[in-house]
Amino acid sequence: MSAATPKGVLLTPIFKNNPIALQILGICSALAVTSSMSVSLVMALAVIAVTAFSNLFVSLIRKNIPSSIRIIVQMTIIASLVIVVDQVLKAFAYEMSKQLSVFVGLIITNCIVMGRAEGFAMQNGPVMSFLDGIGNGLGYGMILMVVGFFRELLGSGSVFGFTVLAPVQDGGWYVPNGLMLLPPSAFFVIGLMIWVIRSFHPEQVEENQFVMKENTQPKEAV
Amino acid sequence: MASNNSIKQILIVAFALCIVCSVIVSTAAVALRPLQQANEENDRRSNILEVADMLEPGQSIDEQFEQITPRVVELRTGEYSDELDPETYSPFEAARDPAQSRTLSGEDDIAGLSRQEEYSVVYLVGDEDEPEQIIIPVRGQGLWGLMRGFLALEGDGNTIVGITFYSHSETPGLGGEVDNPRWKAKWEGKKVYDDLGEDGMPDIELVKGGASSETEIDALSGATLTSNGVTDLVQFWLGENGFGPYLDRFRESSEGA
Repeated sequence: MSAATPKGVLLTPIFKNNPIALQILGICSALAVTSSMSVSLVMALAVIAVTAFSNLFVSLIRKNIPSSIRIIVQMTIIASLVIVVDQVLKAFAYEMSKQLSVFVGLIITNCIVMGRAEGFAMQNGPVMSFLDGIGNGLGYGMILMVVGFFRELLGSGSVFGFTVLAPVQDGGWYVPNGLMLLPPSAFFVIGLMIWVIRSFHPEQVEENQFVMKENTQPKEAV
Repeated sequence: MASNNSIKQILIVAFALCIVCSVIVSTAAVALRPLQQANEENDRRSNILEVADMLEPGQSIDEQFEQITPRVVELRTGEYSDELDPETYSPFEAARDPAQSRTLSGEDDIAGLSRQEEYSVVYLVGDEDEPEQIIIPVRGQGLWGLMRGFLALEGDGNTIVGITFYSHSETPGLGGEVDNPRWKAKWEGKKVYDDLGEDGMPDIELVKGGASSETEIDALSGATLTSNGVTDLVQFWLGENGFGPYLDRFRESSEGA
């Protein structure tokens, strides 16, 4: 990313440089909150807000941050923003915040937020950093929504709480797949998504870190 | 950039950042507090409506709650008290205040509370003197922490309408099944006493291997300690240290009738 353009900064993290699919960051919360789409959406919005504003504030004061305490400064800004987001959710979306419970607080430890503050906002201007935060939040949110879609559809037969496949408990025909409601299923969905994305962007495929040697024929000791 | 790393600069930045962040955080917390409290209150009310099996989704909680009358009860005597306002009085805060609570000694303290308030709040559905339902707050130790909920009884003070826990920290999938609607449905129609409470001791308990009588409820499988906790807290709050003296009056009047 030599010459960062606003559009590029906003859009590349969605597919080309997705924080979850390429950098494999922020997996923990992606597993935990994606069992239904509405929860995924709120979580995605919360992360977009935190990444965007933490990037903005870090970028605004980047020239004054002493490098020896820069990580602490970034963490303080991120933590404050997360608390504010948590308070706002408790005030305006109480049911949601009960479902998200501890995971809003855990945005603090989401590597995407910290990674963008340290990796982008420390070197770039406020506007670009803000857009970069939104872009990376969108990339994270996109994965969350797709995973949430499949998990909710296959696990409960609904999308955003509206029944699409009538489950057998309610007299329908669809037998819900209980595994999809459990966090491990998000691994499968994310894995398949990474496969799909890398099929379209073959340059993302990593080189093998090592090559197995062929089996050697045992030789008799002389 | 070397000047940025002077001790003076480090202290200034750290100090300024702390001030700014704490102002932002505390402003958000203070400004949003009223809305959050309203939400918590609504949540508590919807739990009360739910345990009474009166919750209609989509309707205003406030309107539905008008059918319910909260009253403050002195636990020791079982009498109503008008000195405290049931809307603002909080039994949880009272239990922490030595002036409004008492220490529970070892064998009385089966629910693991260590302190208990002297006054609590009951919620009555229907006529105050002959209520259709009596909803009492219950709480006690589970396996990992305090479980808080409501228990709804019919007007005879003996038949259970339902139970609900609105806050607990039990293991999801095991003890956490206290939330499971199918398990909660097993409580409906059960009796607190098998002998109309002549010995003053509640008989209701959670049993392993299948409930066989009106005062037994299936325990949660894989959650013995949570089940014991639920038995203890229900027996405590229905017993003589809990709402026993208060509920006596309903049993007496229904016995006479």
